[in-house]
Amino acid sequence: MSEITVDKNVPAIDVQELHKYFGENQVLKGIDFHVDAGQVVCVIGPSGSGKSTLLRCVNRLEEPTSGKIFVEGVEVTDPDVNLDQLRSRIGMVFQQFNLFPHLTVMDNLTIAQTKVKKRSKSEAVEVARKNLERVGLGDREGAYPAHLSGGQQQRIAIARALSMTPDLMLFDEPTSALDPELVGDVLDVMKDLASEGMTMMVVTHEMGFAREVGDNLVFMDGGVIVEEGDPTEVLGNPQHERTQGFLSKVL
Amino acid sequence: MAMSPRQRSKVSRGVQYGVLVVLFIAIAFTADWSTLREQFFNGDILPELFPTIFTTALKNTLLYTSCAFAFGLVLGLILALMRLSSVGPYRWISTTFVEFFRGVPALIVFIGFYYGLPVAFPGRVLPGGTLGVVTVALGLVGAAYMAETIRAGIQAVPKGQMEAARSLGMTHSRAMFSIVVPQAFRIILPPLTNELILLTKDSSLVYVIGLSLADSELTDFGRRNLSQYVNLTPLFAVALSYLIITVPLSIVVRRMEARADKAR
Repeated sequence: MSEITVDKNVPAIDVQELHKYFGENQVLKGIDFHVDAGQVVCVIGPSGSGKSTLLRCVNRLEEPTSGKIFVEGVEVTDPDVNLDQLRSRIGMVFQQFNLFPHLTVMDNLTIAQTKVKKRSKSEAVEVARKNLERVGLGDREGAYPAHLSGGQQQRIAIARALSMTPDLMLFDEPTSALDPELVGDVLDVMKDLASEGMTMMVVTHEMGFAREVGDNLVFMDGGVIVEEGDPTEVLGNPQHERTQGFLSKVL
Repeated sequence: MAMSPRQRSKVSRGVQYGVLVVLFIAIAFTADWSTLREQFFNGDILPELFPTIFTTALKNTLLYTSCAFAFGLVLGLILALMRLSSVGPYRWISTTFVEFFRGVPALIVFIGFYYGLPVAFPGRVLPGGTLGVVTVALGLVGAAYMAETIRAGIQAVPKGQMEAARSLGMTHSRAMFSIVVPQAFRIILPPLTNELILLTKDSSLVYVIGLSLADSELTDFGRRNLSQYVNLTPLFAVALSYLIITVPLSIVVRRMEARADKAR
């Protein structure tokens, strides 16, 4: 298993005074948020609280209205930044997996390696195989996504992101579209990743994962961060009324 | 008399079959079969059409259609991407082009190209002679229709595909060509083939520019022999020749659709 090297001096993700409007609708109302290198930060909150939008702003899949975002010291919100190069260092996993259905598992894992990272085909295949082993699906490289279960598809999606050798990973509700019995396999892969020292920002409804794996927990509601801190603290002894209300419904 | 829904549908189906059979019998008995055979399937004329109907006419129809389709497909893809572009002028140009060539009869486009171009650009001709004119004129008409089909296909690919590709660091155009467009083409294979079938038939309009014997395609060939023999047998043979092209095309598409379904 490869060691992930991280620069401990610069925050992996640093969000400053972030605002986001969809038309008239203000979704993020001044967010300050950061993830240190090697940390796992989980973001929870009711639907519509802006947590996915915050995550999608980090690699600018959503365009922030105002505010600044830095990833490893590089300003993502700078209009002149090389966004494609930056994105190739930020792995992203989606709720709906978004595997490429017209490509085999192997091609899903190698296409961006060869076209973006300019790796040779043989090197890309080698990296892909390693990551397929890592998510426990080494035997499925010739399959098409449609022939895999949701849990397998999401693990392939994680392997696809890892194959770009990213410095950090963004997870956007990675288990929300899965049947309950398939959630465990995906969470196991994410736990392994965390224990290897990967920097992770995870938007999730899995409180157990947040408590067990997270270094920091952020509760969002109505476009603001209501409460944050040690996961066990926040989940066990929430200070804010809105956090208490939310947790009483989901726990 | 009370009937169950099942009995009622049985009776209704029986009546439908009965009507069809009566219709066929009526047609078969009222038709003048001997004149029909004489006019449409004349054993004396039929052998005279071979092998030219295949070696020249069918060959040219295939050649004109495939060149026009290839040209139209490339131009249609460009127009579709322009239509979806964030650059205003690209969208306007594409929209104007599509509206014009979809709205104007293909026959008029042919005439316009053949007689209009030499007036507009004196001393210059399209390369490739007849083939050049057909490729461009028919291709422009085909491109207008295919652009709309391709645009719909691109928009039918889930937004998450583009997002996933961009999140891996692909540029917009790389993601478009490697991820979105291949999936779009899989979606639009059936309508695109209908387009090819329509183009096959529209290639018959080339007769308006006047063809040499060597450039003659199926319809032109049929018309020549129609006037030579004063008999409809050549046209009937030409009609069957078109089916030789279009029927296998439908079969191929059904196969491809089945394969795409398996991969989905």
